[in-house]
Amino acid sequence: MSDKGSIYRISGPVVTVTGIDAKMYDIVRVGDEGLMGEVIELHGEKAVIQVYEDTSGVRPGEPVINTGETLSVALGPGLLTQIYDGIQRPLKVLEEKMGVFITRGVDADGIEMDKIWEFKPSVAVGDEVSSGQVIGTVQETETIEHRVMVPPGKGGVVKEIKGGEFNVTEIICTLEDGSELAMLQRWPVRSPRPFVQKYAPDTPLVTGQRILDFLFPLAKGGTAGIPGPFGSGKTVTQQQLAKWSDAQIVVYIGCGERGNEMTEVLTEFPELIDPNTGKPLMNRTVMIANTSNMPVAAREASVYTGVTIAEYFRDMGYDVALMADSTSRWAEAMREISSRLEEMPGEEGYPAYLSSRLAEFYERAGRVETLGGADGSISIIGAVSPPGGDISEPVSQGTLRIVKVFWGLDAGLARQRHFPSIDWLSSYSLYPTALDQWYRENVAPDFPDVRTKISSLLQVESELQEIVQLVGSDALPIDQQLTLEVARMIREYFLQQNAFHEVDTYSNLDLQYKMAAAILSFQDNAKLAIEAGAMLEDVVNVPARTDLLRGRFEENYGERIESLVTKMNKQIASAVEAED
Amino acid sequence: MSGKEYRTITDVKGPLVFLNKTEPVAFGEIVTLRLTDGSIKNGQVLDTSDDMVVVQVFEGTAGIDRKTGIRFMGDVFRLPVSKDLIGRILTGAGKPRDGGPEIIGESNADIIGAAINPYSRESPEEFIQTGISAIDCCTTLVRGQKLPIFSASGLPHNDIALQIARQAKLLDSDEQFIVVFCAMGITAEEYNYFRHDLERTGALENAVLFVNLADDPAVERLITPRLALTAAEFLAFEHDYHVLVIYTDMTNYCDSLRQIGAAREEVPGRRGYPGYMYTDLAMLYERAGIVKGKKGSITQFPILTMPGDDITHPIPDLSGYITEGQIVISRELHQKGIYPPINVLPSLSRLMNAGIGDGKTREDHKSVSDQLYAAYAQGRELRGLVAIVGEDALNERDRQLLKFSDIFEDTYLRQNRDEDRSITQTLEMAWDILTNIDTKYLVRLDQKWIDKYHPTDKK
Ligand SMILES: Nc1ncnc2c1ncn2[C@@H]1O[C@H](COP(=O)(O)OP(=O)(O)O)[C@@H](O)[C@H]1O
Ligand SMILES: [Mg+2]
Repeated sequence: MSDKGSIYRISGPVVTVTGIDAKMYDIVRVGDEGLMGEVIELHGEKAVIQVYEDTSGVRPGEPVINTGETLSVALGPGLLTQIYDGIQRPLKVLEEKMGVFITRGVDADGIEMDKIWEFKPSVAVGDEVSSGQVIGTVQETETIEHRVMVPPGKGGVVKEIKGGEFNVTEIICTLEDGSELAMLQRWPVRSPRPFVQKYAPDTPLVTGQRILDFLFPLAKGGTAGIPGPFGSGKTVTQQQLAKWSDAQIVVYIGCGERGNEMTEVLTEFPELIDPNTGKPLMNRTVMIANTSNMPVAAREASVYTGVTIAEYFRDMGYDVALMADSTSRWAEAMREISSRLEEMPGEEGYPAYLSSRLAEFYERAGRVETLGGADGSISIIGAVSPPGGDISEPVSQGTLRIVKVFWGLDAGLARQRHFPSIDWLSSYSLYPTALDQWYRENVAPDFPDVRTKISSLLQVESELQEIVQLVGSDALPIDQQLTLEVARMIREYFLQQNAFHEVDTYSNLDLQYKMAAAILSFQDNAKLAIEAGAMLEDVVNVPARTDLLRGRFEENYGERIESLVTKMNKQIASAVEAED
Repeated sequence: MSGKEYRTITDVKGPLVFLNKTEPVAFGEIVTLRLTDGSIKNGQVLDTSDDMVVVQVFEGTAGIDRKTGIRFMGDVFRLPVSKDLIGRILTGAGKPRDGGPEIIGESNADIIGAAINPYSRESPEEFIQTGISAIDCCTTLVRGQKLPIFSASGLPHNDIALQIARQAKLLDSDEQFIVVFCAMGITAEEYNYFRHDLERTGALENAVLFVNLADDPAVERLITPRLALTAAEFLAFEHDYHVLVIYTDMTNYCDSLRQIGAAREEVPGRRGYPGYMYTDLAMLYERAGIVKGKKGSITQFPILTMPGDDITHPIPDLSGYITEGQIVISRELHQKGIYPPINVLPSLSRLMNAGIGDGKTREDHKSVSDQLYAAYAQGRELRGLVAIVGEDALNERDRQLLKFSDIFEDTYLRQNRDEDRSITQTLEMAWDILTNIDTKYLVRLDQKWIDKYHPTDKK
C-alpha cells in the first residue's frame, strides 16, 4: 500500500481504486488527468472515490494519487464577491483557464494567493492571544472589514506582529511557541468550526418581506425551510432574502439548480444597493454555484463549502445568512452517490443517513459566542423541492423535523400570481415569542397584538370561505361580509408583495406595521359606519381606499400612508351620511 | 485503440451486454458489435473495471449472442460538426437519412457536452414575439430560454410548436432562427407533419433534423437529443446562429432512460424512473442559453406529453424544476374548441421579467399581465361556485370576474393557426377585455397605466 494506487472500476462519478493507502475523506487525484476526488468508502483492499469532475474517457489501470489532505476551503480576505463551484474553485478563474465551458483537470485556489491587502494589526508584541481571537483587520470590501483571527487550536504570546501590505500567505504574526500565522487559513468542510456556546436567538432577521417579518419571522441564528413545487417561488424568496435581509454577510448556494439564476444574481447584485449600508449588495455576498448539470459529487460538497465559509464570517462576529437552493438537489446527489455505492437504500432510495445529514447541516446554524468572544450568527434558509409538490417525502419531512420556521409555498396561490405564494394557514414560525420583546421595543409596543389580529382574521376568513363555497357570499350576514373584505385586503394589499416592483420589493418594519394598522383601522371604521347604516358596497369602495391600496407602489408611501388612512376614514364616515 | 475484437460476452439483459476480461476500457467509450449475421450495432460503456464491462446497446440487443464480436473504438461518442449540417435530415444516431452524403466535420464534438460556466453566461433578455397572445403577454419567451410545452396525447402541441417556429421573431430584427428539430420516438405521421410544415414554409433549408421514430431503437433515443444539442451548440457558438431547438417527445426519452435503469437493476425512483433523471435531464435542458463573447444563442422548446394529463408525474415535474417555465396545454380548453388551448394559470415564463417592459415590449406589460392572471384565476374559480349556488348569489365584482373569464378564453386566448399578433395588438386587446371589469376592482394595475392606457378611464 502506498499513496499511489490504480483504478479498478469506473461507474459514473464513482471510481474504485486498489493498492492505495487512504483515509476516509482524503482528497485524491484520479487518472492521467488528475481529476479531483474524495475517498468516501473503504472496502478491504479497495478505496471508493467520488470524483468532482466528469469521468468519461477514464480507464481502469490509470493512476490515483492520495494528497493526504481532506476537502477543505481556503479562508481569508478575497472571499467576498466571489462565485465558486461546489469545491471552491472560483468560476472566474475557471473561465480564464478553460473558456466558457467547464472542462476538467484544472485546479484553482479558493482565494487569490498573491493579491496584496492592507493588514492593520490590533494586537501588540507580548499580548496573549487565543484561538479565534482577532489579531488585525483588512478592509476586504467597501462595507466589510475582514477580521483576521488566530486559527482554532492555536494561541500564545505574540512574539512578532507586522502591519502593512501583505498577501494572504505571508507571515504576519509569530507566536512565542514558534507558530507562524498568515491571513490564510484552511478548514475541512465536513467539520463544523468550533465556538464557545450557542445562545437562544432574540433578534429577528429583518427581510423587508411583509409576510415573513410580520407573520412568520426568522430569528438571526435561526433555521427556515421553504418547500414548494416548481414555480411556486422558492428561488425568488431566497433571492429576496439575499438582497434585503439585514444580515451582514450573505452566502448564497445554488445547489443543483439553474445556471441562469446564478447569472441573474451576478448581474443584479453589483447594481443593487443594500438598504442597510447604502452600498452595492455584492460587497457582502459570497456565491456557490454548482448548477444541475455540473458534477453531482461537487454538488454534494457545495453545501459544506458554503456553510464553512459562513462559519468563518460568523467567527468574526458577523450575522451571516446562508441560503441553499435547493437542499433537495443536495439530497439527490447523496442518493446518486449512495446508489452507485450499492448501499442499502432507505425511503425513496435516499440513503439511510439522509435525515442525520440534514440535521447536521442545519445544526451549523445558530447564534454563538465565538472563540474570540464575539457574538455571531448563521441563519440558514433551505429551499426544498418535493416531487410533485408533495411534502410527505423524505427531504421535506427530514427538514421540517429540524427547522423552526416553515414557509410553505402553495402552487394554487402561485397560479393566481399571489406572490409570495406562502400559504398563511399552514406556515409557521416558532420564534415570535422569543422576538416579541424586540418588536415591542424597536417597532411598536402593540406589534404582537396587531400581528395576532391579522392572523386571526385570516383564520376566520378560511372558515367563512367554507360557508361561501356552499351558499355564496351574499348570503352571509353583513358583519361577516365585512370580515371577508378585510381579509381580502390583508391578502391583496399586505401579504402580496411584488419582488419585481422597485418600490414594493422591500418594506421596512415601520411601514409594515403602518400597513397592518391601516387594515385594522379600515375594519374599525367600516364596522362603525355599517352599524350606523352605511352600505357595505359604499364603504368598501370609497375612492380614498383605492388610493391607499394603490399607493403602496409609489415612493414615499411610508410618509403618506397615515394621511391616506385619515382620508379613507373620513370618506367612510360620510358614506353613512350619504345613506341618511 | 486496438482493433481487437472480443468474444467474451457473459450476459445479455434488456439493452445491456456484459462482458469480461478485456484490456482497460474507458468509461463512456463507444463500442461496435458485429453480430453473427454480419450486421453491426453500436453501444457505449456504462461501467468498466478490470474484470467486467457493461455496454448499453443503442439498437437493442436482439440477435446478440455469445459469439457476437465486440470492438472498443477508443473514444467517446462524437458528432462530426459542420455548417453543412444545415438543411440535412439525419437519423437518431446522426447518420444521413435524406440520401445525402455523410457529414464531413470541421471537427468532431463530444456529444455529452461540457457544462456552461455559470459565470460565463449572459442573461437572456431579448423578447421573442411569437404572435400568440397567451404566450407573448402572459408567459413571454426570451432568446436563450428553455421553455417546454407540457401537453398530453391528442392535444395540438405540434401545431403550437410549429406556429412558434414560423412566427418567432425579435422586434427590431429579421434575423432568422435556425431550427434544430429532434424527434424521439414519435410516429412517422407526426414526423411527416413537422417535416411538411417546415418544407412548406421554406424553413427546412434552415433546419437540421435528427429523427428517431417510434419504430427506431428505443435506446438510441438517449443519444438523439445530445446529437441535436451538439449540433445546436456548434451552430450557435462557433457560427453565431440563433438556434431554436424543438425536441419531441421527452416522455419517450425518459422511458428509454427508465428501461436502462431497470436493466441495470438500479434502485428505481418515483414511478420506476431512475433517481438520476433530474441530473440527466438537466444535462440536456441546461444546454440552452447565451454565453459571453459569442453572438449566437440556443433557445429550447422541449415538448412532452404528460402521462395521464398529470403535471405531478416525474417527467413534467422534473422538467419543470429545471426549465425556465412551462407552457401548459389544457384538455378542457381544447374540448371547448379553443386554439391555442394554453392554460395560462399553471404556465410560467421565469425569464419574462427580464424581457418585458419599457424599451422591450411596453411599460405596462407586467402590470397588465398580472391583472389578467388575477382576474382570470378568480373568474375560473367562481365557475365552480356558480355551479353550486347559481349566479344570483354572486356580488357585482364576482359577476364581472366570471364574465371576464369567458371573454378571456373566447377572444384573447383564441386565435387562428396563422394569426400573428404584434405585441402592441396583444396588449391593446388585453386592455379592451379588461374594460369588462370596473376599474376599482383592477387592483393589480398601477394607477399611472390606467391613466395612460385604459380605453375608457384614461385621463
Ligand atoms: N415575490 C414574488 N413577486 C413576484 N413574482 C414572483 C415572486 N415569487 C415568485 N414569483 C414568480 O414566480 C416565478 C417562479 O418563482 P421561483 O422562485 O423561480 O420558483 P421556484 O424556485 O419555486 O421554482 C418567478 O419567475 C416569478 O415570476
Ligand atoms: Mg427555484
